[in-house]
Amino acid sequence: MLAKRIIPCLDIKNGRTVKGTNFVQLKDAGDPVELARIYSEQGADELVFLDITATSDKRKPLISLVEKIAREINIPFTVGGGISRTEDVKDLLRAGADKVSINSAAVQRPELIGELAAKFGKQCIVLAIDANLLDGRWKVFTHGGREESRYELFEWAKEGEKLGAGEILFTAMTRDGTKDGFEPEANKRLAQMLRIPVIASGGAGKMEHFSDVFAKSGVDAALAASVFHYGEIKIKDLKLKLKQDGISVRI
Amino acid sequence: MNISIIDYGAGNVKSVQFALERLGYKGELTSDANEILQADKVIFPGVGEASTAMEALRLYGLDSLIPSLKQPVLGICLGMQLMCTRSEEGDTDCLDIFPTESLEFPNTLKVPHVGWNTLTHLKSPLFKQIEPMVYTYFVHSFYVPVTKYTVAQTYYGLPFSAALVKDNFYACQFHPEKSSKTGEQILKNFLAL
Repeated sequence: MLAKRIIPCLDIKNGRTVKGTNFVQLKDAGDPVELARIYSEQGADELVFLDITATSDKRKPLISLVEKIAREINIPFTVGGGISRTEDVKDLLRAGADKVSINSAAVQRPELIGELAAKFGKQCIVLAIDANLLDGRWKVFTHGGREESRYELFEWAKEGEKLGAGEILFTAMTRDGTKDGFEPEANKRLAQMLRIPVIASGGAGKMEHFSDVFAKSGVDAALAASVFHYGEIKIKDLKLKLKQDGISVRI
Repeated sequence: MNISIIDYGAGNVKSVQFALERLGYKGELTSDANEILQADKVIFPGVGEASTAMEALRLYGLDSLIPSLKQPVLGICLGMQLMCTRSEEGDTDCLDIFPTESLEFPNTLKVPHVGWNTLTHLKSPLFKQIEPMVYTYFVHSFYVPVTKYTVAQTYYGLPFSAALVKDNFYACQFHPEKSSKTGEQILKNFLAL
């Protein structure tokens, strides 16, 4: 049976992890490869590296980092942040990334999704969508949640699927950083309406939140950052709890 | 040991090379016929679309070479599908090593089938020291049905071939190079053949 996936997300700036961590066994909290290795050993199913370096001329540290991760880590990983050109994707995949996630550039020029899917296969194109609930409507935001776009969440997700995205990574801005749990309704609607997998993000605070988003919203994967970085939730414990709750996970 | 990783421009070949490195082996990325013929083991990876990949294989003259190989060959993911007779993807004639075909998953399922799924019905030295129900990592939109060459099965809406063996040809639909310790053991088993 296909397992539900647990995906830790690491923020990267100039090739280093930026968010704090409190793993005792960690020699260098800033080294993404070491952190990735620990997550992998704890049972993470995939990893996402989000490059928050502002401009694309700072790509070089990222490329060499991707190669280092691919060399040392034996589970799949996705790289995202500021990707807008076919050449960016080619370089990242060639360095050893399994998937790339695109966000703002796809909203600005939706054809990018189709171009990338045709060239590299839809399985490696993750469409990341940040959306906020405004006057009862889920509006899509770009540029790290700063700019409101013309799209509504469900319409954009459907469009992305049609254009050739292989997965949707939905971050509910209403929940991001709140630790109040994943957004139940929007995740559920996405999981029901799409024929590609949905990754829920935003709001993870307790282990029950993961159980809920899998059991009640029916998503395929759940992503979180700080609860893992600060050791509030250990992936191993989380997997055992999910299994107890009757959710299919890889242990 | 000489290990050739067939490089025909399809997808993430470096991951396979890195996985071998972690096991202490060196794999050469190559499309050179002589090099491939002389290798002790050949790995045939692949990510992408079937008709484009077959076109690339023809361009390199690998479409006639691969079926003629005598040493152990391991196809991975699209590599496995290309080793079958035909693929529904782009209605493509393939290498005809395994007399079966790749079919599209029914439209009631989420596609691609992506993530960790279990292996059952294991019956090959490829799975030495591997227990049934272990998880490996899959990402694919087409599947090969269960045939008499099937040596591992996985269930996603229907049972399908997670691995095939015929003579010196081995193939897996999942990615051993991305399947954590289980995948490493499967690669080790292949290299020990």
